[in-house]
Amino acid sequence: MPGAFLLEIATPDRLLVSEQVTQAQIPALGGYIGVLPEHAPLLSALGTGVLEYSLGGHRRSIAISGGFVEVLPDHVRVLADHAENADEIDVQRAQESLKRAAERLSQAGGEVDIARALNAVKRAQARLSAAGK
Amino acid sequence: MPSLIDIRRRIRSVRNTQQITKAMKMVSTARLRRAQERVVAARPYARILREMVANVAAAVAAAGTAGGTEAPDDQPLHPLLAARPEQRVLLLFFTADRGLAGAFNSNLIKAAQRFLVENAARTVELELIGRKARDFFRKRPVRVAGEQIGLGNKALYEDIAPVIDKVIDRYRKQEIDAVYLLYNEFKSVLSQKLTVVRILPIELPAVAAEREYIYEQPPEELLRLLLPRYVGIAVHHALLESTAAEHAARMTAMDAATTNAGELIEKLTLYMNRVRQASITREIIEVVSGAAALD
Repeated sequence: MPGAFLLEIATPDRLLVSEQVTQAQIPALGGYIGVLPEHAPLLSALGTGVLEYSLGGHRRSIAISGGFVEVLPDHVRVLADHAENADEIDVQRAQESLKRAAERLSQAGGEVDIARALNAVKRAQARLSAAGK
Repeated sequence: MPSLIDIRRRIRSVRNTQQITKAMKMVSTARLRRAQERVVAARPYARILREMVANVAAAVAAAGTAGGTEAPDDQPLHPLLAARPEQRVLLLFFTADRGLAGAFNSNLIKAAQRFLVENAARTVELELIGRKARDFFRKRPVRVAGEQIGLGNKALYEDIAPVIDKVIDRYRKQEIDAVYLLYNEFKSVLSQKLTVVRILPIELPAVAAEREYIYEQPPEELLRLLLPRYVGIAVHHALLESTAAEHAARMTAMDAATTNAGELIEKLTLYMNRVRQASITREIIEVVSGAAALD
């Protein structure tokens, strides 16, 4: 397919996505990167957020956190620590964990606690926004 | 000569056992299929990661030779690559949680003991994964670093992640000099292969296709993030393989048990018929000779 590239999203447990897509938004560690076909080779660590890709007008979202991404001209490979399809996300659970994490954040003591709570908040937010809530 | 009733009872008991082994075989078949699917599902991640590690490591090595060698305190750049004399060794030992899988667990335990003998000159610690490993070494004088039970059920990466983190952390702190895995690899349904591999220090994979990348983070930084994952995937892979091998072994064992039970039932039935025939014959003789005595 011209104007498309292969997007693969894998977690240690499974291959989540393997599709021809026309563009993708990837939450890299340093901020979102937009990828179109024929992108220059790039390697980056992943942050936490929503990965969006579109194929033939359809847009899909996947909540991911942690991992790595390799961009090649005809191929994008995402290795995520955690990844969830929008339709797999349990919105209620995500909301609860967001609330919990926010609470923890407000009363967190040490630096590690704050970082961890912040990460939990981000992850919950990513899951919620991927689910479209 | 055993009575008819005794033999009948015996046949019934064997038949009950056969039903159990047949059911266990079917359960194992289903579990094996799922375990194999998990092995396959985990493959893409491992493959991509291997290529990434190879590429990034090559980039770091190239940068290192270009800009002088590492500073003395720069070891943490990739401490997981640092080879030391192997004085203290950690063995991650994968067995099943359950028995009745033929020689699956006993072969593993024999191999573990062999490992301990071969490395008697070193300090060997064991991380026991699976109930059978724990039960066996509980009463023996070995150093046990930890015990994990119930990991094989789902065998998700996050199930075994705490173990991986602990191992990496200890290696980094130089509490241990090398880490080995001992597990049964799934060769086919009929055969498992005992496998011993060293996962730490890491041996870098060969570069398959070298590419010039734009690095969002410095390659050193990426390598620092990648390497623990690389170790983790090796451990997770062992868990997956071991689980698949376990179910395959149990399936084969239970199939053999079912066949044996069938043979036994056949033999007992034959014997029972013979005994019954004998008693009938005896009764006839008694009746006939009784009648003859009256004449």
